[in-house]
Amino acid sequence: MNALDVVGPQLIILIAAGLILLTEGIFGRYRRILPYIALAGLVASAAWTTSWVIRDDYQTIFDGTFSLDQYAVFFYYVFAGVTALVVLASVDWVDRVGRRQAEYYALVLTATAGLMFLAGARDLITIFIALELSSIPQYILAGWQKDRRSSEAGLKYLLLGAISSAVLLYGMALIYGFTGTTILPEIGRVIAAEGEENRALLIVAVTMLIAGFGFKMAVVPFQMWVPDVYQGAPTPVTAFLSVGSKAAAFAVVIRVFFEGLGADFISSDWANIFAVLAAVTMTVGNVMAIVQSDIKRMLGYSSVAQAGTFLIGLAAVSATGDGFTLGASAVLLFVAAYAFTNLGAFVAVIAISQRIGSDQIADYSGMWKRAPLLAAALAFCLISLTGIPPTAGFWAKLYIFNAGIHADLAWLVIIAVLNTVVSGYYYLGVVRQMFLGDTQERPFRVSPTIGVSLAVTTAGVLVFGILPAPLIDAAQEAVQIFAGQ
Amino acid sequence: MELSIVLFLPAAAAVVALLLPQAQEHLARWVALAGAGASFVLSLVLFFRFDVNAEGYQFVERRTWVDIGEFNLQYFIGVDGLSMPLVVLTTFLTVASVLVSFNITFRPRLYFACLLVLATSVIGVFVALDFLLFFLMWELELFPMFLLIAIWGSGRKEYAATKFVLYTLFGSALLLVSILVLAFNAGTFDIEVLGQTDFQNTVIPLNLVFLLLMAGFAVKLPIVPFHTWLPDAHTNAPTAVSVMLAGVLLKMGGYGMIRMGVTMMPEQAANWDVWLAGLGVISVLYGAFVTLRQTDVKRLVAYSSVSHMGLVLLGIAALGDTGLTGATYQMVAHGLITGLLFVLIGLMYDRTHTREIANLGGLSRQMPLLATGLVFAGFGSLGLPAMAGFIAEVTVFLGAFDRFEWAVLLAIIGVVLSAGYVLWALQRVVFGPVKEEWNDLTDQRHWWEHSAVLGLAVLIVLLGVYPAILMDMINPAMEAVAARVVL
Repeated sequence: MNALDVVGPQLIILIAAGLILLTEGIFGRYRRILPYIALAGLVASAAWTTSWVIRDDYQTIFDGTFSLDQYAVFFYYVFAGVTALVVLASVDWVDRVGRRQAEYYALVLTATAGLMFLAGARDLITIFIALELSSIPQYILAGWQKDRRSSEAGLKYLLLGAISSAVLLYGMALIYGFTGTTILPEIGRVIAAEGEENRALLIVAVTMLIAGFGFKMAVVPFQMWVPDVYQGAPTPVTAFLSVGSKAAAFAVVIRVFFEGLGADFISSDWANIFAVLAAVTMTVGNVMAIVQSDIKRMLGYSSVAQAGTFLIGLAAVSATGDGFTLGASAVLLFVAAYAFTNLGAFVAVIAISQRIGSDQIADYSGMWKRAPLLAAALAFCLISLTGIPPTAGFWAKLYIFNAGIHADLAWLVIIAVLNTVVSGYYYLGVVRQMFLGDTQERPFRVSPTIGVSLAVTTAGVLVFGILPAPLIDAAQEAVQIFAGQ
Repeated sequence: MELSIVLFLPAAAAVVALLLPQAQEHLARWVALAGAGASFVLSLVLFFRFDVNAEGYQFVERRTWVDIGEFNLQYFIGVDGLSMPLVVLTTFLTVASVLVSFNITFRPRLYFACLLVLATSVIGVFVALDFLLFFLMWELELFPMFLLIAIWGSGRKEYAATKFVLYTLFGSALLLVSILVLAFNAGTFDIEVLGQTDFQNTVIPLNLVFLLLMAGFAVKLPIVPFHTWLPDAHTNAPTAVSVMLAGVLLKMGGYGMIRMGVTMMPEQAANWDVWLAGLGVISVLYGAFVTLRQTDVKRLVAYSSVSHMGLVLLGIAALGDTGLTGATYQMVAHGLITGLLFVLIGLMYDRTHTREIANLGGLSRQMPLLATGLVFAGFGSLGLPAMAGFIAEVTVFLGAFDRFEWAVLLAIIGVVLSAGYVLWALQRVVFGPVKEEWNDLTDQRHWWEHSAVLGLAVLIVLLGVYPAILMDMINPAMEAVAARVVL
């Protein structure tokens, strides 16, 4: 029973997914309640998570392969929040598509449960299974629309995802071959004790792991799928991919590298790899984003660039604060801030593209006159992505750059801040279109569900932009489990 | 508490203006005037309550904002002899900007809100004593400015607005790196503490930190070759925004150079002083030469700003209390004089709808008041004695002469050139043959325009004939800064 209690937050989401399928099967007429079942499941899951926070009795179960700790809890909240917002933003679109509504929500929930398992997994095999549990629904979702673009997106995502899984498995096999265990803390112990003379082998394994996870994190050179999939997939799915999936990838990477490969002699190696990847990813992502004319493609490349910024936190592993690693907490803060911001941007894009039937930035012209609040919200999220105050994005960037400086990575921080300038160009390009362009089109209103999710995300960006302390505090608490590794 | 009120009154007025119902949107200007005016009056009270003999910062307020682990941010504000005059300058020019925008009818709520948020962020830059708070305020100014130029500007406004934002973002990017490096080394973001720390073993060489920091501020000042955003921004911005831009936004750069550059890294400042002086002189001369061939009056004043800001850098490079005082005085004087010039040019443009010098001429007949104002402000700009600019230039030259004789001699050529471009422009715009097409025009129109002009003119003369009112305040603070420099 205890194990069931520990995985309760995931189970309840899976139960909600089952309920949704049953409801459509039995009471097909009451389709409209499907998203609300999903929401109820997510709220119940968050409540269950909260009960663990209150009990403050974190535990590891299944022979040490899965643990519920402050770190996992942080991500549970992020994933529940992200999925709830995505569900809200999907309602209109799903209604319009019409068919297989239950399957859509059920798949989104299943993927979410997979992401949550990923956040708590402490064992290579569990990680792999959780990764697949979250990925396979996402492959299906990417191809949901069944038009040429969407099918291409789904297939591309599936094929490249399969290849990356193979590479990841290979890396895991090397680690297992060397250490004789798949459990992360034990891997860490073995490597710390006898890894130094086998550094070359470990570096090969680390490279494989980075390549495998790099696909999910969408860092260069494993980002090829991003623009096509982001553009082709239905926009709510894109939002889910760009926020939820990416956050989970970083969650598991931090866990694997800090717990399993945290020994000094090897962490300096992978920190260097991450530093180089960060520099390349930011630069490539930003430069490519400049030339995009489709807003989903642009946000795709911008999310690649943002992933590069996340990596600074991983490269800054050597920066330690008072009982926690500054770099890891910076990634967590960035994940949370980015979740609000990017979701807000995507929700606005969903609302706009439903109305104007286009994702071309040029068609956003004069949006300010047609839907002032919507345009203001999108502009605000884009400002946050640039990192200008008073937004959550400002603090996230400041904090992660600070971690970089603490880890003696001034060169990387300089590249990062210059990239901020580049990103300002294309983010402001959209703002310019919306506020300055002219239009003869009629004004419109957004639906209540989209309005709610937009209000929540924008309020989050603003509130944490003015009072960032709770978020920073939570991020630092969450990574304390890595202290002393 | 008083200083916080000065700081946030404009922002509070901005919120009120935004919340006005659509039918009442014409009231936005009154809300803005009330907010800006109250902030100005209160800052003036502080100005006269300021104790010039006391050391350190006054009207200090310190509260913890974010205090978690290694990451501390304080709401820590205060003023000294350097920032007090700049705060009053800002609140005063905000009032002037609101007054000259009284006829804005296109989306006035958003317009005045942007203008007021801009004011809060600039005041915030001058009063912040926490490096992160400083940076936050520094960045906060970007977006309102972008909207102000992009929506209410003219000509190539989108281009100018984007260029402004990108240049500023670039400058602040460099700034951020040096802020983080310095703060990490000292273990605090406290500007007061940082100003007394002797940095050692920073993660990147301190000389490089100094150059990054100065480059960040040089974009804002602006110093050649980082100046190209300025003419575009000025030319295409609405009048009030030009006033704010030339009047106070540029001063953020000079302020930062003194407060952060020289005070925190005096040794590095001494290492690079010749280069700074050289860049200052290049800005003075290059700015002056380029000004000579401008055909658009607004662009002309914009380039003359580049030239005048070169003098600020020259004064800073001298690294003595006289030079630094001169630089600060020059910032205030230039803010008032150029502010006045932009106000008058804006009034002229409202009537004639042209800024091309070739299309203007003989305006002294049709608009004698405006012409008088232009001549007055022009004389101020070329440094006529009994006006604020003269005192500033003389002090800068006195301060720099001991150390960089050559630089001062060259810079004086720039001053001669300024007499050239000002008088030549006045001759073509104000005097000369009367143009028939302007016969219907009058300069008698609205009280708010006249009061803005009059207020600025009075201050320019006051600071020209009685400089002690500022000098006594600035000089002790600059002596403290100069005392840290070992030449």
